Amino acid sequence: MIDPVAQRALDLRARPSWRTAKNTIMSGVMIGGFVVIAIPLVAILWSVISRGAHSAFAQFPDFFTKPIPNISRLPGPGMGPAIVGTLLVTAGATLLAVPLGVLGAVYLHEYGRESKFTRLVRFMAVVMTGVPSIVMGLFVYVMWTMRFGYSAFGGSIAMACLMLPVVIGATEQMLRLVPANLREASYALGATQSRTILTVVLPAALPGIVSGCLLAVARAAGETAPLLFTIGAATQLNPHLLEGANNALSAQIFVNATSSFQAAQDRAWGAALTLVLLTFTITMIARVFTARVATKR
Amino acid sequence: MAEQPHVDLSGSRDTADRAFSWLAIAAATLVLLILGLIAVTMTNRASGVFGKMGFEFFTSKRWAPPEGEFGALSFIWGTIYTSTIAIVIAVPVSLAVALFITQLAPRRLKMPLVYVLDLLAVVPSVVFGLWGVLTLAQPIQGVYTHIHNAVAGIPIVRSIFGDTPQGRSFMTAGIILAIMITPIITSLAREVIETTPANEKEAAYALGATRWEMIRGSIIPHSKGGIVGAVMLGLGRAMGETIAVALVIGASIGQISANVFSSGNSMPAVIANEWGEADDIHKSGLIALAVVLFAITIIVNVVASSIVRRSMARSRGARS
Repeated sequence: MIDPVAQRALDLRARPSWRTAKNTIMSGVMIGGFVVIAIPLVAILWSVISRGAHSAFAQFPDFFTKPIPNISRLPGPGMGPAIVGTLLVTAGATLLAVPLGVLGAVYLHEYGRESKFTRLVRFMAVVMTGVPSIVMGLFVYVMWTMRFGYSAFGGSIAMACLMLPVVIGATEQMLRLVPANLREASYALGATQSRTILTVVLPAALPGIVSGCLLAVARAAGETAPLLFTIGAATQLNPHLLEGANNALSAQIFVNATSSFQAAQDRAWGAALTLVLLTFTITMIARVFTARVATKR
Repeated sequence: MAEQPHVDLSGSRDTADRAFSWLAIAAATLVLLILGLIAVTMTNRASGVFGKMGFEFFTSKRWAPPEGEFGALSFIWGTIYTSTIAIVIAVPVSLAVALFITQLAPRRLKMPLVYVLDLLAVVPSVVFGLWGVLTLAQPIQGVYTHIHNAVAGIPIVRSIFGDTPQGRSFMTAGIILAIMITPIITSLAREVIETTPANEKEAAYALGATRWEMIRGSIIPHSKGGIVGAVMLGLGRAMGETIAVALVIGASIGQISANVFSSGNSMPAVIANEWGEADDIHKSGLIALAVVLFAITIIVNVVASSIVRRSMARSRGARS
């Protein structure tokens, strides 16, 4: 596509002082780019920590256990139902997406190899990662919620649809790193293909798969759009995965952010801190597994 | 990464073995099934609105659900405009950061920097939105006013950075989107840049090139295709982003304006904002918007992934 001959030749004969000056300027621009992106990151984390800690930890542990006040202008704690909801929805989504995604990747790498069909599936999985989360939410609304009503499980399905292609991609990448002679050794001992996959290939790739799945979970736990249409907005604790309206931290932050009452906004910051801590913790655990893969290799 | 030739040593297959392979095929097919079902069921649910509005759905900007009028033009405009602003801001920053990490940063700093960017990528979008609407929107209105006053004398620029700046506007949405897609573009661009063969870089240095001239002469020509793909993937993400945009875009209906400081609405944002109060036909209208959004993002992503894949394959070929 890009012909290396056709590109405009660099003129290395320009005045050396100008060339080094240009080099310095562009180095400055690169560092500047990093500063530009660091500023909002620090600003956002600072807002979340300073305002969130005030709201969430001033009323410890009530903030994490009490129900959400029905009258949003009243100050006071309560994000318990949303925290439980987020954990339920995310756990449900993980239970759906991880086995299916790992199996899908096993097919792509261990069975299908380079057939036309696997190439199509692999390509569409990449495309599927780009489907907006709100579209997934509405899809599950049409397929599930319109029939069975609000439940945490509806949110799990929507979230699992978002996680599935990510899990497939991460798992396939890890399966590629498993040396072929491990498989051949297993076959030589007379194992069938499924046995080889379950007892040799997957255990060998496990730390990497865990890491990839955890990153997908961390990303999904913060999703809001797919939950708006599927889980409802309960203010009381609902520990059931399959029945009854539920709530989630992200969805509750969205509701409270549009409120003009200080008390509701405070609760939103507290919920945001909780959610950020949750996603960062999962990401950190994933890092531990990634490090294990790196040292093993 | 050369694929090893597949040697089938598995021999005779019992029932359990065959069942497992069918399970795996079913799981892989699920990807195609879900994408197909999204297209069919949602188009089906929205067919009433599409049938009634016809092509006017795309050309009318009158959005009045109680009267059964669904014109999506202003939302399509808002989606395109905010994501364009985001790309204009994010691309130079991402490239600078990607080059900084791969070429400039000391080895010891490299991994921590990558970690920081990854953390930025897992901050939930609703947190960006919360920060945008409660912390950023108010002070930035003053900045907008300054910018507007500064360019008031220049003809075309004046109408882009127009008057009566709003804190919740296309521009604020674009800025938030830019912050959100920068880590995505950066990490993809970094991967592409790192595939540049060492001998091409060394050749540039051997000719006496400075570091910047090496980047211009070796890295950029080599990575151009991959970077274009990365930017398009970022664009797809920006167009589909819902919650952050819904909170900071201002949610005004029927606004088609080139003024980046005026409030507007985008397709995903209007769905999120209006869903709560929508009746049945209104919901069909919103689902129709989602169908359009789905189609656009699928096209963008198909093009982007083919570009990335092709450029990755080429650079792999160049290396071996």
